[in-house]
Amino acid sequence: MLRGTNAHRASALGAGIALAVGLGIAAPGSAQDGSSLRIGIVTFLSGGAAGPFGVPARNAAELMVSALNEGSVPAPYDSKGIAGATIEPIIIDEAGGTQTQVSEYRNLVERQNVDLVIGYISSGDCQAVAPVVEELKRLTVFFDCGTPQIFEETVTDPQYLFRTGPTATMDSVGAARYLLEVAPDTESFAGINQNYAWGQDSWNDFVAAMKVLKPEVEVVGEQFPKLYAGQYGAEISALLTSGADAVHSSFWGGDLEGFVFQAAARGLFQRSKVVLTTGETAMFRLGAQMPDGSIIGARGPHGVFAPDSPLNDWFRQQYFDRYGTWPTYPSYKMAQAILGVKTAYEKAAGAGGALPSQEEVIAAFEGLEYEAPSGTVKMAIGNGHQAIQGVTYGIYSYDRDSGQPSLTDVRSYQAECVNPPDAVKSLDWINSGFEGASC
Amino acid sequence: MLTAVAIVVDGAVFAAWLFIVSVGLTLIYGVMRILNIAHGSLYALGAYTAAWLVGAYFAQGYPPLAGYLLLPAAALLVGVVAGLAIERGVLRLMYGRDEVIMVLVTYAIFLVLEDVIKLIWGVDPYFAYQPYGLLGTVDVLGLPYPIYDLATIALAIVIGAVVWWGLNRTRVGKLLIAVIHDREMSMAVGIDVTRLFAVTFVLGAVLAALGGAVSAPKISVVPGIGVEVIVLAFAVVVIGGLGSVGGAMIGAVIVGFARAAAVHLLPEAELFVIYAIMAAVLVVRPYGLFAKPEARRI
Amino acid sequence: MTLGRNPTVLVLAAAAVGLLGLGLLMPDWLRFLVQISLANSLAVLGVMLQMRAGLVSFGQGLYYCIGGYAAGMSGHLLGVSDAFALLLLGLVASILVAMALGLLMSRYREIFFAMLSLAFSMILYGLLVRAEALGSTDGFNVPPATFLGIAFKGGEHRYATYALTCALAFVVALALNRYLVSTLGYLGDAIRENEIRVEYLGASVRRTLYIKYVIAAGVSGLGGGLVAIAVGHVDPDLAYWTTSGEFVFVALLSGTGNVLAPFVGSLLLEFIRTFAFAYAPYTWQMILGGTMLLLILFLPGGLWSVIGARAERS
Repeated sequence: MLRGTNAHRASALGAGIALAVGLGIAAPGSAQDGSSLRIGIVTFLSGGAAGPFGVPARNAAELMVSALNEGSVPAPYDSKGIAGATIEPIIIDEAGGTQTQVSEYRNLVERQNVDLVIGYISSGDCQAVAPVVEELKRLTVFFDCGTPQIFEETVTDPQYLFRTGPTATMDSVGAARYLLEVAPDTESFAGINQNYAWGQDSWNDFVAAMKVLKPEVEVVGEQFPKLYAGQYGAEISALLTSGADAVHSSFWGGDLEGFVFQAAARGLFQRSKVVLTTGETAMFRLGAQMPDGSIIGARGPHGVFAPDSPLNDWFRQQYFDRYGTWPTYPSYKMAQAILGVKTAYEKAAGAGGALPSQEEVIAAFEGLEYEAPSGTVKMAIGNGHQAIQGVTYGIYSYDRDSGQPSLTDVRSYQAECVNPPDAVKSLDWINSGFEGASC
Repeated sequence: MLTAVAIVVDGAVFAAWLFIVSVGLTLIYGVMRILNIAHGSLYALGAYTAAWLVGAYFAQGYPPLAGYLLLPAAALLVGVVAGLAIERGVLRLMYGRDEVIMVLVTYAIFLVLEDVIKLIWGVDPYFAYQPYGLLGTVDVLGLPYPIYDLATIALAIVIGAVVWWGLNRTRVGKLLIAVIHDREMSMAVGIDVTRLFAVTFVLGAVLAALGGAVSAPKISVVPGIGVEVIVLAFAVVVIGGLGSVGGAMIGAVIVGFARAAAVHLLPEAELFVIYAIMAAVLVVRPYGLFAKPEARRI
Repeated sequence: MTLGRNPTVLVLAAAAVGLLGLGLLMPDWLRFLVQISLANSLAVLGVMLQMRAGLVSFGQGLYYCIGGYAAGMSGHLLGVSDAFALLLLGLVASILVAMALGLLMSRYREIFFAMLSLAFSMILYGLLVRAEALGSTDGFNVPPATFLGIAFKGGEHRYATYALTCALAFVVALALNRYLVSTLGYLGDAIRENEIRVEYLGASVRRTLYIKYVIAAGVSGLGGGLVAIAVGHVDPDLAYWTTSGEFVFVALLSGTGNVLAPFVGSLLLEFIRTFAFAYAPYTWQMILGGTMLLLILFLPGGLWSVIGARAERS
């Protein structure tokens, strides 16, 4: 009796599944017809990373795609579309974990038949997707994830995978250099970082860099609260009692903002110099709540650190007009990924203008140098697949009369100063005393 | 010495927060035998509503001190509206089902509410920092502590006292205790258990939302804040004993102080000290510290 | 129990052959989906096994994760790349841990069993996040598996791992089906109904539950190993409570009456999830939760006699 019910139900479900599969297979996966370029875009649309990273990146993607399709981007990007083809974006949520993301990547490439994929903020997702990129042989551009392991360990001989954003090593190396330049008598420092790969790696890189630049400096505290903990009372007490001259934090999103509220209320920012390597994402929202004197980073020359140029001015104004807030570094990094793709495609297409093959695009992309709203992007390491850029830090201050935040004492470190040379692993490079760096 | 004092104060602040957040969960379980995963969403709803109200209020420039009233107001609003909606709309259809089914039902409600929150408020963070800084800070042996945090300790004690008084001294409370002890007998003597369920769920929802509302001034209210709370609240009520309000207080104190101690003395252990304690307590006292073991039916 | 009189075995065999055949015709993305759901079904089978004995495990991810990490770490540390060896190592690791933990877990019932199992899986999660050598939350990649020395490439490799998953799922389902109609299997149902009577009748409840726990752990470990091979990546999320929660959801959705049920339920969940992602990127959580509610509400028959009988009793 039981089995009868089961079998009946199983067959009903089976029929439903067959139907769904049929629909799925029949669902749009239009073949390339040369006049449109399908680009899969993967970024966080839900969860804690959506607000600070995912949605600004998606906004920039939509802005760039519609502007490029109209041909309204300033030179040298003023041609319509990419090599004449209209861009068709397919936006996917990066949430759900690595198993889901690997599955969704395969769906993008095989079911939705995209021509290329741009995306991925989480290093875990990048790690999991990287070998699949090479397996499925579809051009893919990582635009934000920071782990240096992608080309150092996971895919050491990339063919189809590119990353147009520098690794996170740069943030910590730049932070250490900047801190010791503006506060040379720093003798001790502590850190509060989220307890997961990003926080752990950022802290390790920072400690290693500090030890190289000033060997006698002392680490007096290491806090690793859980990701999304939100409440940092005990950690802040520990930092206060440690008496550190400087505090390093790679916090982002709600954690960063909560930490700033709670730490500022208790005077941590007065007792120590606080370095916030991703602080730029929160600076407009926090406004007057971010204490003056905080050291702010933007994971590169993005946002308010971006050099003046027609491209940057256009980008900032367009973004503000469309979304009511200034673009932050995830938006810049997405824009530079899309522009990199466009440059590679058009370089490969040449004067003829017909849509080039994937191999031609890849050949053009390797070692490419191009201009983005945040300056020059050089695909200089990782066999020409990994970009390097400089990093900039500044000291925050808020003008209560005008209601505008600003950054003073801004210092930039060029790309070759804060990125390892080609074929050298990041941590080895730091521990060797930054061998081969030119500052 | 300073570290010891810091551990005590930090532990008390965190324990107070944990208690406010968990007491609703244990109450709902005790009366309705439902382990409410949507508790996290109610917390988040309370936080969002409070942050939104506080933000709007202070933008208008009204007298600052009255702004504090917005926090319990937000909690009441969320608790009554969302609590009734969930209880009447969904849970009522599922009473009598197995306990674990109810957990899945509340998990499904949690998923739905996460997206509802996102649809209403978007993914950008909301701030309500004004009440946090208004009261200023006080120095404890040289360590500044915001008076707001110390006030939450007082609030937790008040809530504990009110809940205790409500359960033990009012008629409705005594009916609730009867239902906690033996639902069948309560129905047999004519207690309207279904109506009491509604009352309990709304009460639990109000308390959950109050936890969120009280947290809103010190955090950044973003999508996903409910998820963290679920696991913490579970650990606290399981340690203290499901259904026991006094147990929730003890559980909150244990977890709060353990976490503060871990942060100051052994930061690496902070991530799983809560689960380790939960496992340890369950090993020694399988029903939690203060729950009454249930008679097995023969 | 001969083949002729047992429809389940026939259906299983037909399904296995069918899937192997379809695997050659299906588009890659679909085959990947099926492969993942088959591997996850094994973990769901583990949950189902314990559920039939009245225990709901909210921490099955513990063994799923152990299986996955064992497969991955053997690849890196021991240089083992043979798929069978990796799975065996995962199986053995899960069973060893389960034999130790089972001594404790077999004392607990109902919500406390659920909570304790959750606690242990979260402890493993915390340990793995702390283990920077294992990549912390990023996890690490699993090198491509070989098959008795043969290293396939490209499409052949994908089909080989798929065929392995199908075959293993078939074998496990067959074995569990046989187990469920054995004395020990029926004892589980008896324990769920009334534990004290089982004791009075002379069977050891603790021993039975212990054995079930270990078997469920082994099966979940196999599932984790298969997933590691399929996805090529493992990370601590395998042990997170939401992963375990999904297994419980599928087990309840599909019912515990038959070993076929988890496979169907798991596949359904994957489909719902992937289509929700593609067509409703901003509201997929709501769709998943709403579907869950509708299923619980309107498919009570989908929640088979296990749950139904308990409800009538209470």
